[in-house]
Amino acid sequence: MNASEAPAPLFHFRGARLGHGRETVFPALDLTVRRGETVALLGPSGSGKSTLLAALRRQRETLCAWCPQEQALVPMLSVFHNIYMGGLHRFSTWRNLRALVHPTAAQRDSVAAVAESLGLAEKLFTSVDRLSGGQAQRTALGRALFTERPVLLADEPVSNLDEHQGLALLRDTLRRHDSAVVAMHDRALALACFERVIGLRHGETVLDAPSASLTLADLDSLYLP
Amino acid sequence: MSRSALTFTTTAAGWRRASGWLGLAGLIAFACADLEVTRGDPGAEMMRVGLGLLRPDFLATEGLGRALANTLAFAFQGVALGAAAGFLLALFWHRRAVRAGAASVRAVHELFWGLLLMQVTGLSTLTGVLAIALPYAGIFAKVFGEFLEEADPAPAVALPDDRRRLGRFFYARLPLIWASCKAYTGYRLECALRASAILGFIGLPTLGFHLETAFREGHYGEGAALLYLLFLLILTLRFWLRPLLLPVYLLAALVWAPPVWTGSLQTLVRFVTEDLVPAPLKNGGGFAELWLWLGTLWTEQIGPGVWHTLVLGLAALLLTALLALVLFPLRSPLFGNRVSRGLGHFILVVLRTTPEFFLAFFFLIMLGPSMLPGILALGLHTGAIIAHLTARFSEGLTLRDDSPRGLNRYAFEVLPRLYPNFLAFLLYRWEIIMRETAVLGILGIHTLGFYIDSSVAEFRFDRTLVLILATVGLNLGVDAFSRWLRGRLRLSTRGQPVE
Repeated sequence: MNASEAPAPLFHFRGARLGHGRETVFPALDLTVRRGETVALLGPSGSGKSTLLAALRRQRETLCAWCPQEQALVPMLSVFHNIYMGGLHRFSTWRNLRALVHPTAAQRDSVAAVAESLGLAEKLFTSVDRLSGGQAQRTALGRALFTERPVLLADEPVSNLDEHQGLALLRDTLRRHDSAVVAMHDRALALACFERVIGLRHGETVLDAPSASLTLADLDSLYLP
Repeated sequence: MSRSALTFTTTAAGWRRASGWLGLAGLIAFACADLEVTRGDPGAEMMRVGLGLLRPDFLATEGLGRALANTLAFAFQGVALGAAAGFLLALFWHRRAVRAGAASVRAVHELFWGLLLMQVTGLSTLTGVLAIALPYAGIFAKVFGEFLEEADPAPAVALPDDRRRLGRFFYARLPLIWASCKAYTGYRLECALRASAILGFIGLPTLGFHLETAFREGHYGEGAALLYLLFLLILTLRFWLRPLLLPVYLLAALVWAPPVWTGSLQTLVRFVTEDLVPAPLKNGGGFAELWLWLGTLWTEQIGPGVWHTLVLGLAALLLTALLALVLFPLRSPLFGNRVSRGLGHFILVVLRTTPEFFLAFFFLIMLGPSMLPGILALGLHTGAIIAHLTARFSEGLTLRDDSPRGLNRYAFEVLPRLYPNFLAFLLYRWEIIMRETAVLGILGIHTLGFYIDSSVAEFRFDRTLVLILATVGLNLGVDAFSRWLRGRLRLSTRGQPVE
């Protein structure tokens, strides 16, 4: 793909300083992600994956479906309501309040479709605090899906699932978004599902390549002490 | 997916059901309650009270300094005595008898203690001090006892086992709870200042005495000044209440108003062995006559009193809940802006600081006697307290970066997360609402306190005693129900102040 036909950058950083308050995580970040790309972020914990994701979200808030790591579900509410919460911005406040008390058949069906694709159909009206870790994680993914925004930003969205389920759900989720930046720790899954891999270490991008050109051994070097 | 049966098996659904039943009980109570505005022109009276509040007159009250000093002296001595007694009782908190005794003394309101004590010790400092110290001993015993129960037992267990239990207590138990005890005692002093002021309503020479007179006679500016003085005392408490100065304050209180016993032993003996004995027994009647006497008392006073107290208390509980849910976002950092939060904070402080008894009195003057003033007063005061506690709790919530705003945030993110705490606060406060409801009777609302006050006025202390025991029974019953409900819903406010 040469420069003239490349789509407009979706995210763009040039020499950006990223951090929390006074603490600097990325001293000078250079990064461009274009519309249509699917990117896996890899790197040891503390390398800045979550910080980078949060910064990406701030650049394109209204385009992004957001699936943070601390799943931030409302544990006492049902799977239905937690998934529905992703779509609050799409409906009027009045409709949302109604859904909280007694959802309409249409509202139930639209959320049930998402839950079904995640294997949560039977737990739809069970509260999240009564689910397993894997089920809760799928609920969080469901909420991001129900946001119905084109760009997925997710932080370890399938870390609690077994590899087959993780692969299937990740592929399905990526298919439903036109672009994605996802922090991962499973290297094989990252190579299998994403077009581009960015490796982070100590607040620097030490690897940025198409996944087709990478092997698992290339990625191992990211985690060496 | 089946569309007919939509059953949520969620944790929130359990709270919703319980809230639904409580709400229904509250609505029934509202339907049964006498909500009439009996004053002809409440608007005009409200205007006059409002004008008075805007133009406080600090020079109108004669002996203002004395009333202020008395209010402080009663509160300091009462809390000191109550804390000491409560602390001793807390050491035996594992004994059932101690727990039951503490529950009974704290179920009787300070004003009822005052009415009883006055018959023996007259309008004296001792009456004021004991009226505060007795129920506070029960409250302190419970709170300190629970602190001890919840403190980590490891340090005490780790010490070599010998017979010096006192040493072990001072080294391995007391230090763990000392800070909490200190903080709680400070908070109780604030409550005691309010209680001390209210004792003026039954004739003791504190701020409440002058406040009642001023408002009853329509001198609203003078009354407002007294109210503001009470605010000033309470709101500046944290500046002048220093641990090092405590002995000085206490000594000053003792010198200013020494709690000396001026009555005779004879009066006490006669009061206990004659006045408090049910009339039929005193007059040589038997069990049958006593039964008849109790039956009449039940149908004429206890029954209606308990009913009105329950109705008013439940209606106030519903209003409290609604107000707390509306008011807490005003002070929570998750909503609004700096201006709205500042305003919310101000409203909540004023409503929390004004004793519910005073609020009821103000509403009574503006609206005339019915249950309405009582419901409004208890709902506003308790609602503000619960709103404050709930807002404080909400400070600890962390929401997602993309969490919604406004009403969506309130309904989906915040309310479900803090609802268990809100419900626990509400159920804990219910007992206190009932206690205050009974005492509003002294103002002329027909709850149990009304009959208690009348029986005192008629010197029928045998009735007074039975009626007070009825308030104790009602309080313990409500407390037991609230505890059962909290246990069932697995609600806990461990480590958070509720009283």
